[in-house]
Amino acid sequence: MRILFKTSYNDDIRLFPDRWVLLVYGALLALAFALPLLLDEFYIGEVTNVLIWAIAGLGLMLLTGQTGQVSLGHAAFLAIGCYSNTILIEMGLPFILAFPLAGVITGIVGAIIAIPALRLHGIYLAIATIALSVLADDIIVLLDPWTGGVSGKFPEMITIFGLQVERWTMPVRFYYLVLAVTVICTLFYRNLLRSPLGRAFAAVRDSEVSATAMGVHILRTKCKAFGLSCMITGWAGALMGYYAGAFNNETFSLVISITLLMMIVIGGLGSIHGAFFGAVVVAFLPQVLSILRGAVLGGGVAIPGLETGVFGMILILFILFEPMGLYGRWLKIRIWFELFPFARKDMFRRQKSYLKTERLR
Amino acid sequence: MDVLQLLVSGLANGCVYGLIALGFVLIYKATEAVNFAQGDFMMLGAFITLGLTNAEYMHLPFWLAAPLAIMIMAVLGYLLHFFVLRHLFGQSQTAVVILTIALGFVIRFVAGVIWGHEPQTLASPLAIGDLRLGGVVLGLADVAVIVVTVLMTLLLYQFFQRTKLGLAMQAASQNQMAAYYMGIPVKRVQGLVWGLSGATAAVAGILFASKGAIDPNVGLLGIKAFAAAVIGGFGSLPGALVGGLIVGVIEPFASRYFAAGYSQIAPYALLLIVLVVRPHGLFAQVRIKKV
Repeated sequence: MRILFKTSYNDDIRLFPDRWVLLVYGALLALAFALPLLLDEFYIGEVTNVLIWAIAGLGLMLLTGQTGQVSLGHAAFLAIGCYSNTILIEMGLPFILAFPLAGVITGIVGAIIAIPALRLHGIYLAIATIALSVLADDIIVLLDPWTGGVSGKFPEMITIFGLQVERWTMPVRFYYLVLAVTVICTLFYRNLLRSPLGRAFAAVRDSEVSATAMGVHILRTKCKAFGLSCMITGWAGALMGYYAGAFNNETFSLVISITLLMMIVIGGLGSIHGAFFGAVVVAFLPQVLSILRGAVLGGGVAIPGLETGVFGMILILFILFEPMGLYGRWLKIRIWFELFPFARKDMFRRQKSYLKTERLR
Repeated sequence: MDVLQLLVSGLANGCVYGLIALGFVLIYKATEAVNFAQGDFMMLGAFITLGLTNAEYMHLPFWLAAPLAIMIMAVLGYLLHFFVLRHLFGQSQTAVVILTIALGFVIRFVAGVIWGHEPQTLASPLAIGDLRLGGVVLGLADVAVIVVTVLMTLLLYQFFQRTKLGLAMQAASQNQMAAYYMGIPVKRVQGLVWGLSGATAAVAGILFASKGAIDPNVGLLGIKAFAAAVIGGFGSLPGALVGGLIVGVIEPFASRYFAAGYSQIAPYALLLIVLVVRPHGLFAQVRIKKV
């Protein structure tokens, strides 16, 4: 049983609460670096996919998990990141400039879109962002001269200071690139949570009324959350473009938005771990299903829609039985071991709240 | 005459959106949750009717199959609440949103397994015959859609305004705890609403299937119905109808008078404009929470 004895405010917001945690994450990072030595190139590609989904998950998590704003339109921001990155590189910018800039552009667009959306609460925001997701598809087609419309685009090969990186021929280099972005995004996210802004996000999520009372400017905070969330999502989008190798208006559909939201819910809302756990589920579910299907039905039997169907069922079970997601389950197991003889069943029981609407009819 | 024809066919289309939107509004009005699977409910209702009516399945007469399908959907809606949604009582709206989206996935998958992914047509007596008024041609199915939608809206409006159960539903949504203390069985009332919305979805599905082919992805129409519900104001039943009509009419006009891509965009662009200008829709009455 580990006891954290905090004596100052700085202890509370430290990046790593103690050496043990630092050691664990250091080992994890070392493992991630050594992974290309342990796995063959096919699996490296799969892990890269997980990491890209995790970055996208981090982006949405910042908005939905941390600030409490449900967005079903993040596929649109993935698309903006992907297209702006590709277009900037076609304009002659080097990757090292174009890639960060793509995220910043997505962030700015997100913040601008957020300004009208901020007047909306909960469900209305979700619906407005659905509209955004649907609109993105058609707008890409309408902006044919820049986006290539239905025929799509192919991202050019990445060149970083003369070093070439490509997903198909050099998966290991691409893996390291994605890993670097993942680590940067995760550290950014973690440090954001330690900053006053991150705490303002949590305050807005938990109660807007009390956040206002504490001096948090609700609209400005939500706007920043939208911008930062979209920035990370934009980077994920750019990487997704490289991973796919080709993309058009249908690549970033409403389904991607929904999958992204489902992913962070399965992983566990409001935690960095959740984004990664969810990404693992989303990336490996198709493979696991096809293996299971092969084992049960024998190969060659295709059931269209099976993946989304099973995904939906898993999700329903999670919402009903484990609303905190995989991370919540992991936390429960860990705490059970830490408190070994003293853990009690109802420690994680959620308080029920009763609904009181602001609506008249 | 051209404009009139566009208008009339747009109205008929809009009524289907309005009917699906009615389902959203019903649930929102009574449980303060949004059923993102409403479009898939509609699709399921259509397929159940198809399964009962069509020659290759049960081959029942249409006028027997339609009420039967509506009843099955009502029971399904009630059971869904009983087994799944009831357990979310007291959790955040986000949980319900995500759950119903997932439910939509599952329904689409199940319907695909049972009835296949090919578009099918319902053997409906409404599908045959046109009505000519001057130069305007209107299918019999379109007429049925318009009549039924208006009737349903009126009926449900009266139900919520006049009957004890309707008032109990409204009370249960406005303050669950207080409603419970006043002797309203909140959970059962909510179950009835889900049943009612299932039945509404079935009606929408039958009418939609009479107008053309259906396949499991037809449920995605629900997103357009969302736009309709929000434009009308989510808590208002007549608003849902008006919103549906607006969305239905704007589509053919946009495709007629603008370039091809814009007709898809028009409903959502309108939705965004309405959300920005009047965040709670055209027909909503909102009281700002003070504390």
